[in-house]
Amino acid sequence: MVSLALPGRARKARGGRPSSFQLLLANRLSAAGLVMLLAILVLALVTPLLPLPDPNATEPAQRLLRPGAEGHLLGTDELGRDLLSRLLFGTRISILVGLSATLIAALVGSLIGLISGYAGGRIDGVLMRGIDLVMAFPYILLALGIVAVLGPGLLNALYAIAIVNIPFFARNIRGITLGLSRREFVDAARLSGASHPVILFGDVLPSVLPVIVVTMSTTVGWMILETAGLSFLGLGAQPPQADLGSMLGEGRKLLFTAPHVSVIPGLMIFALVMSINLVGDGVRDVLDPRLKSGALAAPGAATAVKREAVPLAESTKAVLDVTGLKTEFRIGERVYKAVGGVDLTLKPGERVGLVGESGCGKSVTALSLLRLVPTPPGTITGGRVLVEGRDQLAAREDELRGLRGGKVAYVFQDPLTTLHPLFTVGQQIAEAVRAHQKVSKREAEKQALKLLHKVQIPSAKARFNAYPHEMSGGMRQRVCIAMALANAPELIIADEPTTALDVTVQAQVLKLMRELSEAQGSAVLFITHDFGVVSELCDRVAVMYAGRIVEIGRTREVLKDPAHPYTRKLIDCVPILGQPERRLDAIEGLPPAADRLPHGCAFADRCPHVELACREGDIALMQVAESRKARCIKPLAGEVG
Amino acid sequence: MWAYILKRLLMMIPILFGLSVIVFAMMALIPGDPATAILGSYATPENVARLNRQLGLDQSLPRQYLTWLGNLLQGDMGRSYSLNRPVAEEVFGRFGATLILAGASLILASIFGLVGGIAAAVRQFGWTDRIVTFLVLIGISTPSFWLGLLFIMLFAVQLQWLPASGMYAIYGGGGPLDLVRHLAMPAVTLAIVATAVIARLTRTSMLEVLRQDYIRTARAKGVSERGVIYRHAFKAALVAVIPVIGIQAGFVLGGAVYIETVFQWPGIGRMLVQAISTRDLLLVQGGVLVVAASYVVFNLLADVAQTIVDPRLR
Repeated sequence: MVSLALPGRARKARGGRPSSFQLLLANRLSAAGLVMLLAILVLALVTPLLPLPDPNATEPAQRLLRPGAEGHLLGTDELGRDLLSRLLFGTRISILVGLSATLIAALVGSLIGLISGYAGGRIDGVLMRGIDLVMAFPYILLALGIVAVLGPGLLNALYAIAIVNIPFFARNIRGITLGLSRREFVDAARLSGASHPVILFGDVLPSVLPVIVVTMSTTVGWMILETAGLSFLGLGAQPPQADLGSMLGEGRKLLFTAPHVSVIPGLMIFALVMSINLVGDGVRDVLDPRLKSGALAAPGAATAVKREAVPLAESTKAVLDVTGLKTEFRIGERVYKAVGGVDLTLKPGERVGLVGESGCGKSVTALSLLRLVPTPPGTITGGRVLVEGRDQLAAREDELRGLRGGKVAYVFQDPLTTLHPLFTVGQQIAEAVRAHQKVSKREAEKQALKLLHKVQIPSAKARFNAYPHEMSGGMRQRVCIAMALANAPELIIADEPTTALDVTVQAQVLKLMRELSEAQGSAVLFITHDFGVVSELCDRVAVMYAGRIVEIGRTREVLKDPAHPYTRKLIDCVPILGQPERRLDAIEGLPPAADRLPHGCAFADRCPHVELACREGDIALMQVAESRKARCIKPLAGEVG
Repeated sequence: MWAYILKRLLMMIPILFGLSVIVFAMMALIPGDPATAILGSYATPENVARLNRQLGLDQSLPRQYLTWLGNLLQGDMGRSYSLNRPVAEEVFGRFGATLILAGASLILASIFGLVGGIAAAVRQFGWTDRIVTFLVLIGISTPSFWLGLLFIMLFAVQLQWLPASGMYAIYGGGGPLDLVRHLAMPAVTLAIVATAVIARLTRTSMLEVLRQDYIRTARAKGVSERGVIYRHAFKAALVAVIPVIGIQAGFVLGGAVYIETVFQWPGIGRMLVQAISTRDLLLVQGGVLVVAASYVVFNLLADVAQTIVDPRLR
């Protein structure tokens, strides 16, 4: 994969980073929530100044007036008290209680979390076991128990809700603190002789503060809801005092005769909590992007294809015929040209290596062939990929599915992450069989077992029911190869299959791949950064740089006599046993960024032989010898140079 | 596998022990003299002293706890003074009703939460996703006790489709059909919040899983998109969702307090509210203890289910 900058960082580089508040407003829902919340808060603040009747003044003659009655905008309750006035005063109380509970929970919980995470060891153990115990109770039940002990009342309900929310803060803050207190700046403070409280509140707390704010903003709505709930049950606010919950609870008795008495306060709770949650989600996304739920796009079944012109197709006998393949990643306003026009042909049974540094686009090329590049952000923007004479970039999804794992199979780099952790290896191989052959489950399993034998897995029968995590890296990669062979593919695309393995295991897996491809007559496209691997396995080699092939030819010839200066440098990097004096210079400089490719030769800035002409315009892949091409105006080898 | 379950069962013991200590401590920490609280402020000192001796309150706290625990293990939770019957009888008599309500809600919440979360993740940024995300937001912001009242007004009063309260019809009631009719509204109301939470987490973890390498492998070997989503992605997402369903069991058991009050469901939650108002603390103690213990069992089940799905945890 190409390495991609984070979208946030890209934006920062482009020009001033938007403030947190601007980001919050950019989220339309959060902005709407903020407006609603501010309206409610302002209303609650100015309530005592408004010309409202006394919320507790009873007037039996005016009882149970419907909303819209004269002088009582929202009507009256069973004692003739004005509902609007009661609603606004009740809202004040509910907000105050909810906020206080949140503050208490945040204060105590954060303190526990800070101490626990900072002290570690036994103190941490004891505190966390205590927190676990509190969490072992069903949430509201514990609050009920506490109210039972303290006695019903608004203040006691507040304490109860605060206590049951302490664990959320304690756990979150402890986790962050634990990570922070192992960091260098804390060590430095310790060595400079600062006392524990000074470090804890001076150095650690400021870094933890955003997490506290996020946890508060996501729990305050919940706490308002729960204190209202306790009041609803008659365990919170006691008459004549009323919060939204107790109004709702009292109104419940009149549900059938005067529903508005209970509906109105409920609506207010809903509006209040909803607006807080909207703002809370926004705050969380801004302050703690890691928690942003599902913000990153999940890739679809196939890479999007948006080609302007399709190159003409000629029928060839090649297994794979790629012309002008282009793949881009669009992140924000930036366009990363990962693959910038690749031409490649593989004859039946031929083994070709695709070599280059990481980030040169070789893996993206491999994945583009059967449209496995994730969209978004990837898009194939040009070229054609013929598999058996048909352009698969124009294929329907079901045709594509038929090719994948059928005629063309993949083997990926890290076998631990590429195998599904929750299915046995046998199941996974059998699934590959059944994806393309109409056979019974039992028959597929039989074939899967044969495949395990074929890739020389010892005691295959026992390994059949093993899970990937129970196997070694080499064994896992053998399983991946078995899976790729399941339907006797004509082409195997191996994307750095040995990179994650030990050197000795590498050699075994390479040997296995060569034997199997010879025995089955499958062509192999082998993506690697390792020339040693190429010389072991491949008939031909293509060298990639900055998204394009810069040299292609027979492996032995290219290795012996590279034509492109980049190939030369790459080969010079390979250590040879017994030549300790050999210079292992990494190539000076860095490859150009894939979103800012230079005009002319992409290697010009690092090339020792660079001339003015190199930067003048696009350089074509030119024939430099029989069966050898290079993208260089002054090739180092070949008949032309 | 079985060894793991056994280990997990053994781990329950300290948790249950801790629960019992907290519940006991709650009662022991009550400000003032319980005997006076029970007998009222006009009680004679002799009567107070005698009740203290009867309740064992003249003993040291650890001793009181051991006696209490011993009685508890023999099924004796003391006597409810407001109902004048053994606490255990009352609590276990009502426990079934709470379990039916909470269980039905949890099942509803799991089904709709999983389906909604998957649908939203598969059509990320599409209309289904927006609608589900918005419904989730409404779900977690709605006071369930209020929603219950709205449901009663709509389905019981206006449309008269469902009974407004109780577990069985008073005349000619009984039978599973009658139960389902009575259960429908309370179970749905109680399930709303849990459904929203489960849906939100399912969506997030599906999106997380769909980016994994092994999903690319499944696509690369030609598995149908349906298979990729429902077999490969869903199974992996489930590992993260199951513990959350376990936690939701706690919210449903607790939330039952509101719903039982609104729909007059004869369960422990409603009993607890009444017991708190009448200061019948032994009844509160018994109720809290039994519901908390059942939550521990729910969590155990969630753990075991997670282990069945994920072999790496065994």
